[in-house]
Amino acid sequence: MQRTYLGELMKAKWSLLQGFITTMEISAIVIVIGLIAGMIGGLLLVYGPKPVRLLMRLYVDVLRGIPVLVLILFSYYGLALLGVNISAYTAGVVALAGFCSAHMSETFRGAIDSIPVGQTEAAKAIGLTFQQRFVYVLLPQAARRIVPPAINTAVEMVKGTTLLSIIGVLDVLLATQQTIARNYMVIEFYATAMLFYFVLNFTLSRMGAYFERRFGFIRY
Amino acid sequence: MTYNFNFSVIWRQFDVMLWGLGLGLLLAVISLAIGTVIGLVCGYAFRTNNKTLRALVWGYVEFIRNEPLLLLIFFVYFGLPAIGIRFFDKYESFVITLSIYAGAYLTEVFRAGLTSVPERYVEAAKAIGLKPWQTQLYVVLPLTFRIVLPSLSNNLISLFKDTSLATAIAIPELTFTARQINANTYRVMEAWLTASLLYLATCYLIAIALRQIEKRYSVIK
Repeated sequence: MQRTYLGELMKAKWSLLQGFITTMEISAIVIVIGLIAGMIGGLLLVYGPKPVRLLMRLYVDVLRGIPVLVLILFSYYGLALLGVNISAYTAGVVALAGFCSAHMSETFRGAIDSIPVGQTEAAKAIGLTFQQRFVYVLLPQAARRIVPPAINTAVEMVKGTTLLSIIGVLDVLLATQQTIARNYMVIEFYATAMLFYFVLNFTLSRMGAYFERRFGFIRY
Repeated sequence: MTYNFNFSVIWRQFDVMLWGLGLGLLLAVISLAIGTVIGLVCGYAFRTNNKTLRALVWGYVEFIRNEPLLLLIFFVYFGLPAIGIRFFDKYESFVITLSIYAGAYLTEVFRAGLTSVPERYVEAAKAIGLKPWQTQLYVVLPLTFRIVLPSLSNNLISLFKDTSLATAIAIPELTFTARQINANTYRVMEAWLTASLLYLATCYLIAIALRQIEKRYSVIK
């Protein structure tokens, strides 16, 4: 019987759909953790007491200096040694989230640092407390600068989820490879996966570009 | 929960790891060189008035930048031979993939670099009677390279980190050797700590070395 692309796609649809869900799920978890941890990390990098600041700097610089794949393999093989019996999925999410947090922390730090000191000084002069200064003066200005680079990092994270296929997490890439192993339609199914990643990441990138233009008027 | 570190297995194979590190660096440098050529050509293509050409370059940049590198590596290594495009070996296949990947990022870099050469330099070149190609070769290009140098060094570092993905098609670079030591000796912590530290040290050494070069060649505004 002649194999057709559509026929094979129908056969593989549940497996690919499972991969799709896994990829989206991991991306979402990693980006959300990264945003929250990055906000805390960025604040610590700017306002933390010196020892905390140094520790955070070490964390950020170390994680950004090691390839993500090494982090993933390290956490996959290493965490098992610590006695925690964790799945490839969890190990991968831990590694990616750690990496994402480091990048987001740096983004938040950059955004907070880029606001002129005059703003803080003015806020201090009218008697705002640290909390008020941050919530009413710094955060609204920083938020607009964070959005474009944060979206870039998010795209990198979606791209990074494919690395989890190496430790056996059934994401879109691994599901595609399994499908190819069954029907040898190499080009067609890799192209399908490429289309999926393109649509997902292109949408995100365009959003980033939109916000960059939208907030581009802000100059100091 | 105690773990006894035993680095002796690592020392015995440390030369293999260093060779892997060197291979990764070599792959990154070659890819950066080819990527620079692609980036320059596409950067110039972007400055022409030809709309089709510009659209093609735009498509290339947007497509590559939104695809995961690992998928591209698999596509080139497993996919292209299926439709008759064969490569000499996995190294060639990997370098081609990484170069095309780097080319997309460098196109953006050179596009911005070429536009940021101040107009007065081009005018001055015209005034002393340089031909258009001479203006580009002797005035615009050297300035562009000096302007984009920081982006080039950042790209080199991230390309070097990206060579770790070559492990997926069994190219024996650092990550691959660490994985093998891990599998053969079960010295998990030692293998990955050593690999991580080697990557970290190399990245920082490259960064420090390139900062010096950048300082030397930066364009004073």
